Amino acid sequence: MSSLFDQFDVWGAFWMTIKLTALSAVFSLLIGTVVAIMRVSPVPVLRFLGTSYVNIFRNTPLTLIVFFSLLGLWQTLGVELSSQLPVNAFRFAVVGLSIYHAAFVCEALRSGVNTIPLGQAEAARSIGLTFGQTLREVVLPQAFRGAITPLGNTLIALAKNTTVVVTIGVAETAYLMNKVNEDASDQLTNMFLLAALFFVLLTVPIGLLTGRASKRLAVKR
Amino acid sequence: MSAGVLFDAPGPKARMRHRVLGAVGLLLLAAIIGLVVWKFQQQGQFESSKWTPFVHGEIWNSYLVPGLMGTLKAAAISIVLACVLGGLLALGRLSTVKPIRWIASVIVEFFRAVPVLLMMIFSFGMYVKYNVVPSEQAPLAAVVTGLALYNGSVICEVIRSGVDQLPKGQGEAGLSVGLTEAQTLRSIMLPQAVTAMLPSLVSQLVVVLKDTALGYNVLYAELLYSSNDAASNYSNLVPVILVIAVIYIIINYTLTKIAQWIERRIARRGRSAVTGPDTGVGPGGPVGGPDMNANTVAG
Repeated sequence: MSSLFDQFDVWGAFWMTIKLTALSAVFSLLIGTVVAIMRVSPVPVLRFLGTSYVNIFRNTPLTLIVFFSLLGLWQTLGVELSSQLPVNAFRFAVVGLSIYHAAFVCEALRSGVNTIPLGQAEAARSIGLTFGQTLREVVLPQAFRGAITPLGNTLIALAKNTTVVVTIGVAETAYLMNKVNEDASDQLTNMFLLAALFFVLLTVPIGLLTGRASKRLAVKR
Repeated sequence: MSAGVLFDAPGPKARMRHRVLGAVGLLLLAAIIGLVVWKFQQQGQFESSKWTPFVHGEIWNSYLVPGLMGTLKAAAISIVLACVLGGLLALGRLSTVKPIRWIASVIVEFFRAVPVLLMMIFSFGMYVKYNVVPSEQAPLAAVVTGLALYNGSVICEVIRSGVDQLPKGQGEAGLSVGLTEAQTLRSIMLPQAVTAMLPSLVSQLVVVLKDTALGYNVLYAELLYSSNDAASNYSNLVPVILVIAVIYIIINYTLTKIAQWIERRIARRGRSAVTGPDTGVGPGGPVGGPDMNANTVAG
């Protein structure tokens, strides 16, 4: 096991996985919130755009999205996010992960909106709040609190899905495992157990924390 | 969906505002499409040499159709094995014998926490190293192993939450007519749970289909892998990716619609799995327990 740490940059790979998870979580939350607002808005065109976004990105494999973001956008179409190659691949990985998971964040938020009793929005309207005000002051704050469990599940899936960006050569955990498989295949079992432990340690606390948070924060009815 | 109650039926002023907002949305969309078209134009992506292969058919015969077959084959084998494994694990988790329950729980939790791709890479390495399968079959075996282990655990949880949501009287009735615990589970609870959970099981197919694309990383000749081959042959990466994305979206969207249709049918017969507010989602939300939302996310 110790030779694994001597030979390979294990901590670097794990740190990369954490960075990918954290950054993509922030961006997918932002995009997903905007898409969710579009999906519940009174404007038919915006609703249609939001629904299309979800249907397109939820039904496309993440591998394909990540693959396209680097090889399609950068190599073929010449969109560049950084002049340094590894940074460029990393940023495109974040773009791909965020765009894909935003669809699931949107659906999580929509399920949160569904937990709010109809009377709340009716009351908000009856005291004269506009749609924007109703959303901002009444619906969204409760929707986020009601959606903590599905949002947590999306975050867990996101953490596991960061391994997919090995497809475009970002040096994270799956990339490291591929390297161990090629250069030191006798260490592969150790590497797998280590990586499994890492993911258990990464995802189980997210599940526990969001579980506890949703119990404490969800609006009791 | 409560979205309808968020806003009033629009009056004349609001309708005007909505038209303006809709126009702004369409303009934004047009701007994005315009940008894409401009970029495509700039990089010569509209050249006929990049698109004619799709018309002539040889790209379909030598790359895309075999790739799609590879994807469907891996998905079919995986889903069969995952159902078998999921059923066995569910029997284990619902067993009355404590150690069996405990072992099944550990297996399920482990395979749900570890990314599918890591399982694929690991099993690929193992199969090659110990010659478990003929070397040309190793990629397929690795893909199937990863998918079956992960989705088996998910299916186990789906079945378990289906059993949990059955009325308590079902089990009691079975016991009172003299069946054993195991017989009650097998012949009364499981059939009902599987029926109620059918929509979730069908949507799990979408996850399996999408995740076969992970096989790209263990050199399995599925749709993405063979389209990459095609792209290097015809040097038309972007068109090929767009075409296969459409193929994936059509297949998965159809599966989702089938799942929703089954769900509506079950709901009409009054056997819905959604039993009350404790499912965390209101009517119209996804079926199932608190975990079900994660299942619609690729693992």
